[in-house]
Amino acid sequence: MNIGEWLPFSVLVPLIAAPVCALMPGRTGPWLLAFLGALTSLLIVAIALPVLWQGELSYPFGNWPPPIGIEYRIDAANGLVALLVAAVATFVLPWARIINNFEVPERQGIFYALFLLAFAGLMGITLTGDAFNVFVFLEISSLSTYALIAHGWDRRALLASFRYLIMGTVGATFVLIGIGFLYMMTGTLNMADLAERLPEVRDTTAVRAALAFIIVGLGLKLALFPLHLWLPNAYAYAPNFITVFLAATATKVALYVMLRFIFTIFGHDYSFFALPLTAVLLALAIAGMFAGSWVAMFQHNLKRMLAYSSVAQVGYMVLGIALATSAGLAAGLLHLFNHALMKGALFMALGTVFWRVGSVRIDDLSGIGREMPWTMTAFALAGLSLIGVPLTAGFVSKWYLIIAAMEAGQPWLVALIVITSLMAIYYIWRVVEAAWFTPAREARTPVSEAPLSLLVPLYVVVAANFWFGIDTRLSVGGAEAAARALLGGSP
Amino acid sequence: MRTNGILRVIARFLIPLIMLFGLYIQFHGEYSPGGGFQAGVVFAAAWILFALIYGLDAALEVIPERAQFVLACLGVLLYCFVGLLGVVLGGRFLDFYPLLDSPHAAQQTGIVAVEFGVGVTVATCAMLFFTFFARRKREIDAAETGEDD
Repeated sequence: MNIGEWLPFSVLVPLIAAPVCALMPGRTGPWLLAFLGALTSLLIVAIALPVLWQGELSYPFGNWPPPIGIEYRIDAANGLVALLVAAVATFVLPWARIINNFEVPERQGIFYALFLLAFAGLMGITLTGDAFNVFVFLEISSLSTYALIAHGWDRRALLASFRYLIMGTVGATFVLIGIGFLYMMTGTLNMADLAERLPEVRDTTAVRAALAFIIVGLGLKLALFPLHLWLPNAYAYAPNFITVFLAATATKVALYVMLRFIFTIFGHDYSFFALPLTAVLLALAIAGMFAGSWVAMFQHNLKRMLAYSSVAQVGYMVLGIALATSAGLAAGLLHLFNHALMKGALFMALGTVFWRVGSVRIDDLSGIGREMPWTMTAFALAGLSLIGVPLTAGFVSKWYLIIAAMEAGQPWLVALIVITSLMAIYYIWRVVEAAWFTPAREARTPVSEAPLSLLVPLYVVVAANFWFGIDTRLSVGGAEAAARALLGGSP
Repeated sequence: MRTNGILRVIARFLIPLIMLFGLYIQFHGEYSPGGGFQAGVVFAAAWILFALIYGLDAALEVIPERAQFVLACLGVLLYCFVGLLGVVLGGRFLDFYPLLDSPHAAQQTGIVAVEFGVGVTVATCAMLFFTFFARRKREIDAAETGEDD
């Protein structure tokens, strides 16, 4: 049996594991099941990825041939994103066990069941080849995410979750309206079929409105400036495990869906030349890069600081895409991959600190670098990657972004990328300064270093930041293959 | 409402009919309008009407909260089990043709089985929602009277 027959199981395994998990008592069982589910997904996608680089795979559900039935259609682009989501889940879960016992001590069966649903939803969004199926999985992952954020230790998590619920529902509704318009104009929901039938009706108001609705709806989901207002509080007050998982995957998957709609369904020519999408996305990306970095520089809550930094980093990804060139698209996808690694490592380090100190406010963390040297070193190393120091993953993606900007004949963008990187140096340095160069506050009881069971998974992710800074075969190769697949036409 | 004779008589008359109608929608869903979702909601409506007339405690004695929760999970698992059966018998996920020899009967069996899982989950989830909201009012009242003391 070939790997194409197994690929849908990277969605189905966590989806089926979720109700089982909800019925399990205790703590070890649900955690183990969640880990095994994520690991299975990762193995399936990892085995399939080399095949996907050669060409696409299709799986018709219920053996109903597309476009009648729902089809999963997987190429290099969604293969890369699915690999990222599954890998993040698999590598963060070993770290999350102790953290969750501390932050979410009760009813862990339901907690991990929700996590599995969110994970399966994100995988489903990524792998499906059906526009309406995208919306269904978007709702599965979003609804479980709202509930997961509300599990935060702080009561403000409820408000943050509710705010995300309102904004996220508006976003999902916009996407659904857009898909509805497309269905009205073409009579199909299959992505490949849509791509074939849209050119005939492309000069109608309904299709233009569909693209606008979908871009705005997904812009909300991926926290594109100025639609990012839900993100800082949601990240800041969610349980740390959920923050790590969301920061590394959720916005990336939304960005992938936007790419799929822009490039595969509407077509590169239509999105960028018939409509002024380049100008809009470029302006919003630059505004996001500056606003996000600027606000991050003055945050006292470090999780909020990193959340605003995420808004800025989303700006880099959208910047690459807005260039509307093959190199720009590859750079955007590369940054999508690398940013998951750096934000994952940074939030994991902060989560470890929170587990010991019980706070992530910068005033409470003064002198923490001498008490938890390994954890804070990991934070600093991941911070280097965020800034874009050579030999780190962040450098590679910024390098490709700069080259893409130069090739597109827009060298002024290079200056903007460098300035926002300098801003990143400032906000990472603030943490380093507080951790090592400030005396510890007397009010805070001294803490000791985190155990190896937290440090080892943390350093695995930090090491990945350096690995993909040196060996770029998977990240750059994957991003370029994904860009080719997206520009190649059918999904 | 427990003391109002008209409500009690009408509810006693209606509840079995609503349940029967729910089951009718459930088992005709494969070739007529209906199916698991609608049937589940209608079926849950009968239980909610019972809870409104006879009180939440009496309703939870009929279907305890834990049973609702377990059934909600089992409904999804039934759906997935039937879906996986297609894979095990050599087809694809949610492929019903391998289930029986006659293609028509196979599709019908598969859809009815899958929709039954949907119906159970939707019905019990609707009941769970109602239970949570109904109990919430009581919890708030209890908290308020507790503060007055």
